[in-house]
Amino acid sequence: MNFKIQDVRVPAPSDAPLHASPDALSVALPAGSGEPSAIRKFLLGRGSSAMADKGFGWLMLLCAFSIFGIVALIATELILRSQMTISKFGLKFFFDSAWDPVNGNFGALPFVYGTLMSSLVALVIAVPLAVGVSIFITEMCPGFLRGPLSFLTELLAAIPSVVYGLWAVFILVPLLREHVDPILMRVLGWSGLFVAPDFGVHMLSAGVILSIMILPIISSLTREVMTSVPHSQREAVLALGATRWEMIRMGVLRNARIGIVGSIILGLGRALGETIAVTMVIGNNPQIVKNLLAPGYSMASVIANEFSEASDDMYRSALIEIGLALFIVTIIVNALARILVWAVTRGAPARVA
Amino acid sequence: MTQTKFSAANRFRRTVVNHLASGLAVLSTILVVAPLIAIFIYLLYKGASSLNLAFFTQAPKPVGESGGGMANAILGSGILLIIGSLLGVPIGIAAGIFLAEYGRGSKLANIVRFTADVLNGVPSIVMGIAIYSLIVLPQKHFSALSGGIALGIMMIPTITRTTEEMLLMVPHAVREAALGLGVPTWRAVLSITLRTASPGVITGCMLAFARVAGETAPLLFTAFGNNFWSANLNEPIAALPLQIYVYALSPYDEWHRLAWAGSLVLIVLIVVSVSLVRYVTTRGVLKGAS
Repeated sequence: MNFKIQDVRVPAPSDAPLHASPDALSVALPAGSGEPSAIRKFLLGRGSSAMADKGFGWLMLLCAFSIFGIVALIATELILRSQMTISKFGLKFFFDSAWDPVNGNFGALPFVYGTLMSSLVALVIAVPLAVGVSIFITEMCPGFLRGPLSFLTELLAAIPSVVYGLWAVFILVPLLREHVDPILMRVLGWSGLFVAPDFGVHMLSAGVILSIMILPIISSLTREVMTSVPHSQREAVLALGATRWEMIRMGVLRNARIGIVGSIILGLGRALGETIAVTMVIGNNPQIVKNLLAPGYSMASVIANEFSEASDDMYRSALIEIGLALFIVTIIVNALARILVWAVTRGAPARVA
Repeated sequence: MTQTKFSAANRFRRTVVNHLASGLAVLSTILVVAPLIAIFIYLLYKGASSLNLAFFTQAPKPVGESGGGMANAILGSGILLIIGSLLGVPIGIAAGIFLAEYGRGSKLANIVRFTADVLNGVPSIVMGIAIYSLIVLPQKHFSALSGGIALGIMMIPTITRTTEEMLLMVPHAVREAALGLGVPTWRAVLSITLRTASPGVITGCMLAFARVAGETAPLLFTAFGNNFWSANLNEPIAALPLQIYVYALSPYDEWHRLAWAGSLVLIVLIVVSVSLVRYVTTRGVLKGAS
């Protein structure tokens, strides 16, 4: 987008003529032009002072800076309010699995584990599906289906997380417990990942609902990246006699892979911070077990569940520190993802490895 | 696109792989669309049957009594969203104007855009506890105002980015024509560029509005929820998503029914605004204006 507009722009040495103040323009007018026209008078009469112009510019700049302000404010608030546990437990906070608010012992390891594990399950399910959908929509789909399909996946992204949670509690959890879990236990029980007892609310159901929620994010960005691969790449591979799949694999996926990784990381960022739907189905039991059919707990859900009960300052500080960790991790993950996606869609030369 | 005129020894294998891959792509599309359709069918089925006039006119009844509605939650959501929009829309649009009109291509604009994208990815629960410790903790009580501020802050990055994108779609000739008449920059931006892009900007705001309308996590410790009618900005206030969350986890069938009905209302609001956004961005309302 940016690129196109810069192309069209008149190759002026600077933006000066475009953004010049009206005073500069009137000076530039030939001296003998006499009275300004009626239109110009009208326009000049309505706020032509350089002050208004400058002020407006500064106001816009201020609003843009407020975005920095918000991020800085969140960071300082979280750091200040979690000072107590940071100074008392230090880094050990994240490697200790004792969560005992009554006796003032706080270790966040079970929550870190739960967050990572549920996000991992979500990625394992969502990534192949998202790439498949993107391939279908960009490369194979008949034209009349393309619009509705991308609209549907966009809609998935807009459904509120509490509605996903509601659906998961009443439909997904029973479905998994009655039909899917028994099969998993029979077929993959040897791996130790799927072992009875099964309560329905567990790590796997959290992972499944997360995967449904992050799918649209991954697929819409993957689609964007794949569309930005130049057509000449596809044509070149096809001209060599490749089948359609070979064209997609060599011409499209290989060129778009950095962007696809970026979109996956972005999906991961969303999965790490997702709160409500996960809280409703993960089981809320701080334990570290390999079994995916056992209830777990995640960083975001422990905040959601226990924050309003946190009566003493130490307890609250521990929960805010978990929030701070979540904040830092999602910022890093998101920044990384944006850089990767940006590097591809911005028209960086596609390298054929 | 399918040119398989090719004579190699392993042609058969490649054709099979080709069809297999195509089949997998189709299969994954079906698997993605299926849950969406399942969610919608259940929402319509469960929600429509429990949606009645009382839902929109009455506050919740005490446990054990049937009937009642979520009218107070709808009012609460409305108030929260108004506060949020008052904060988020002007700042978001202004930041978008800065990105598209003033800082285009500059390093500062890139950093702002990047920060907005990153802010967009900050988990809503983190936003909730940040606003809690910023406003609720010093004030020592939950309030509608803090909830509205949390929602407003969450709207800013979305509105900034859509406004920027919509302004970039306005052809340069329009700007140049305005400036050529001697209109000051600020007026050219407000009444020419922004106006040309207004359908897109407005739908962008609606999209952000719809997104935060469904947010639960930032309201948990700010607006907190309320079972009674309240329009006081200094008191806890009910909100539709909060109420759905509480009711969904309750053991009462009557409350489950209300939760489904509430979800249906939320979803209708969201589908309408997403469709509008799509209509504006694909049908070229903007192109018509240029």
